[in-house]
Amino acid sequence: MYETAVEVKAKSKNMRKALEPFKTGKWNNEINVREFIQLNYTPYTGDDSFLAGATKKTEKLWDIVRELFKKEHEKGGTLDIDTETISGVCSHNPGYINRELEEIVGLQTDAPLKRAIMPYGGIRMVEKSCEAYGYTLDEKVKEIFYKYRKTHNDGVFDVYTEEIREARNAGIITGLPDAYGRGRIIGDYRRVALYGVDRLIADKNDQKLSLENTILDEPTIQLREEISEQIKALEELKIMAQSYGFDISGPVQNARQAVQWLYFAYLGAVKQQNGAAMSIGRISTFLDIYIERDIKSGLLTESQAQELIDHFVMKLRMVKFLRTPDYNELFSGDPTWVTEVIGGMGLDGRTMVTKTSFRILNTLYTLGPSPEPNLTVLWSKNLPENFKEFCCKVSVDTSSIQYENDDLMHTFWGDDYGIACCVSAMKIGKQMQFFGARCNLAKALLYAINGGRDEVKGVQVGPQFQPITSEYLDYEEVMEKFDRFLDWLTTQYVNALNVIHYMHDKYCYESLQMALHDQNVMRTMACGIAGLSVCADSLSAIKYAKVKAIKNEHGLVVDFETEGDYPTFGNNDDRVDEIAKDLVKQFMKKVAKNKTYRNATPTQSILTITSNVVYGQKTGNTPDGRKYGEPFAPGANPMHGRDRKGALASLESLAKLPYEYALDGISYTFSVDPNTLGKDQASKIRNLKSMIDVYFQQNGHHINVNVLDRDTLLDAISHPERYPQLTIRVSGYAVNFIKLTKAQQMDVISRTFHTRI
Amino acid sequence: MAAVARIHSIETFGTVDGPGIRYVIFFQGCLLKCIYCHNRDTWDSQAGREVTVDGLFQEIKSYMPYFAASNGGVTATGGEPTIHAVFLTELFKKCKEHSIHTALDTSGFASIDDPAIRELLDCTDLILLDIKSMNDAVFKRITGASNQKTLAMARYLCEINKPTWIRYVILPGYTDDTASARQLADFIGDMPNVEKVELLPYHSMGEFKWQLVGDTYVLHGVETPSADVMKKIRRIFEKRNIPTY
Repeated sequence: MYETAVEVKAKSKNMRKALEPFKTGKWNNEINVREFIQLNYTPYTGDDSFLAGATKKTEKLWDIVRELFKKEHEKGGTLDIDTETISGVCSHNPGYINRELEEIVGLQTDAPLKRAIMPYGGIRMVEKSCEAYGYTLDEKVKEIFYKYRKTHNDGVFDVYTEEIREARNAGIITGLPDAYGRGRIIGDYRRVALYGVDRLIADKNDQKLSLENTILDEPTIQLREEISEQIKALEELKIMAQSYGFDISGPVQNARQAVQWLYFAYLGAVKQQNGAAMSIGRISTFLDIYIERDIKSGLLTESQAQELIDHFVMKLRMVKFLRTPDYNELFSGDPTWVTEVIGGMGLDGRTMVTKTSFRILNTLYTLGPSPEPNLTVLWSKNLPENFKEFCCKVSVDTSSIQYENDDLMHTFWGDDYGIACCVSAMKIGKQMQFFGARCNLAKALLYAINGGRDEVKGVQVGPQFQPITSEYLDYEEVMEKFDRFLDWLTTQYVNALNVIHYMHDKYCYESLQMALHDQNVMRTMACGIAGLSVCADSLSAIKYAKVKAIKNEHGLVVDFETEGDYPTFGNNDDRVDEIAKDLVKQFMKKVAKNKTYRNATPTQSILTITSNVVYGQKTGNTPDGRKYGEPFAPGANPMHGRDRKGALASLESLAKLPYEYALDGISYTFSVDPNTLGKDQASKIRNLKSMIDVYFQQNGHHINVNVLDRDTLLDAISHPERYPQLTIRVSGYAVNFIKLTKAQQMDVISRTFHTRI
Repeated sequence: MAAVARIHSIETFGTVDGPGIRYVIFFQGCLLKCIYCHNRDTWDSQAGREVTVDGLFQEIKSYMPYFAASNGGVTATGGEPTIHAVFLTELFKKCKEHSIHTALDTSGFASIDDPAIRELLDCTDLILLDIKSMNDAVFKRITGASNQKTLAMARYLCEINKPTWIRYVILPGYTDDTASARQLADFIGDMPNVEKVELLPYHSMGEFKWQLVGDTYVLHGVETPSADVMKKIRRIFEKRNIPTY
């Protein structure tokens, strides 16, 4: 079956030349997509002049989809819900947008944008989501999950300790995936295209066999059960594809099939899991191999190649999950994080940029700007200049892409890694993460000052210890208490994550995504911190100025008075940048002291998406002068308005944060008024390119680029109907601006926009 | 040694005051009183914070990779940077030692008879010379002073063949007529050191700063010149083969 991939024979009458055979190697005898890519891809160093525009077919189809998006927005964000069918890989009948127009088929349910129920993560979440949009969850489904089938959410709360609950309720540890799908797992969807499902099943059977003559201890029992589940999921995937009229048991023969097979694999994953982030991986250069081969043989024109990518991307833009309005408030808009990484360098020094890297970015023109898929450029100083320029042009025009430092990540993750969610790198098919949301570092500092009492609610959380007694805060004393409090907090944090991921594996296992992984995967326990700049500035105020603690009638410190100047994070001032750096290191070290479920390697991110608004709402006055309820800065950004020396000073401060202590990513969002970037289009592109180049040479990890003026955003608040596709980047992610809550919109506007008059 | 000066602020990502990405220093203090000044808060020579050449240069150095990548450098503006000629000469010489490109954004309201000014101009790589008007009366209405020093500086820069960009603000009712533009084109048309003219349409975005310092903004309500007017003026320079941007 599988040999046919190597010796594909021309079948079509239209073909002028036989398809070139692929270069063979280890990949023929083992599952090894990376090697297949390395042996067969064609680096491209030219410019964007070869690109084709949208075809008539694409325009027509996209018009239909846009109309559906409009209806969905008018209906309050959810177009329709199938309240009866428990979603799974082959749960729903095939669905189409328009059968004549679609080059790539497959929907999560039987109709476009109709959302499916996925109760294994938690039945209450599903029930609440249905209610929020005016639907009622089917009685039968309720009976099953309330009476007979335990969920991930149930399991977690059976085990949570009192201390974990307290920390969670107080909002000091938040966003934990304990009531919804954890996500952040990237299946190697390319395997389905390259090998066909039968070969993958055979490989999984071999894996199971390898676990026969051994002692069946707990980890082995777990693994054997998981592999069995994986095989089932692969079988289901074949059935699902069959329902659309495709036999995906063997490897693909051409580009069209490659895109379709790969999409089916991803579709199976998003039918099975409502994961917090469902990245697609690193697919464009893989697909390019098939596309270029077809073009060479006369099977495909450039316009048809773009059409395939456009239709595929349209499908990715349509991936939807049923979630509660609360969840969307926390995570902004209606995110799915279909993150695709583009470009980067190979370990052999060749660039991994191909023509399809351009084609996928070109969808931001053919279909217009969009937050999804979350297009992420892996930037290296060695990327072809033409590609760098094209990326910067796309940024200036659409604000829809983010950049991550390939030269930095390369050394940790090789040349076949993807990005889960926003900034979390992982080797595709070889690594997964246990997503751990984040800890509110600014609030933790207030707890240290108040002896573990909550500054808003006044309640004691965790063990009681001596609060600060002096009127003026002493840096050494605060640090000592903070240190002790963080010891307690990180233990609760890792404990909570251990419980969550144990239960997720048990009750809500991602069998299809894990079927597209190797037998033994590396696992990371991805912790995170929010409010880094608030915390660093607060400590800087305590250290360099005089901060007086103001107590309420119950002796709780609720406010601060600061006399004198102090340096703030984001101005390239070592005095405070060192504090921020130490916070990152210390937190990581404390996390790493704890034992993790399945021996996962602990990591951390400095990332908030837009939950910086919600964290701010839950955090009292801080010593840096931030008032109760005011949003934090997003990700690792300096606080709004405190970066007084312009963008480069901020970048320099950011670049000092040590990536090796934050391997799950350090997010920075840069917003600039178009006129501030340069006089004309050419200099805007050049300046942006130079800025990214140097920021990454200085070891910066990530940058979101928004090129927008404030007036456009203000106008979009008043007239959302005029801006259906206005996209902005927020901490590792892009959102449809009009889908944000009013508070989030105002936060985005109040953030530092680099302008000059 | 005047190794200290007062500055208003720093912009590390300047992209509109000279080529590439620039470290822009806004100096405190100005002798002119331009009615459209968009940095009204830089007039007072006692305000701002004090910096030393060494302190400032230390900071500048950390951005060298950005200058190298973008062909950028350092720009001194204000306020009026020539007030700090001795300080700047020292700073720019240090920049030169490290191959950092320097630009001076000046109104030209400084005497070229002053050796300190000449030394500063000599050691600067690029001069951004703001010529408010060729007409002395109009110049006075805008700035409160005569244009003689500015024009003398323009001639001196030509004499020493110093790369210069001319900046010209198009202010409705003052400098938005074609005759004024033609006069300027005639004046600089034969100066080989003038690389281009930057035509800046007047904008009112600095108005709020006048309110902040409690001063009256006499141009309140004056609108930005139309694209049509800008085009007409641009054509005058282009006809004389003077590049505009």
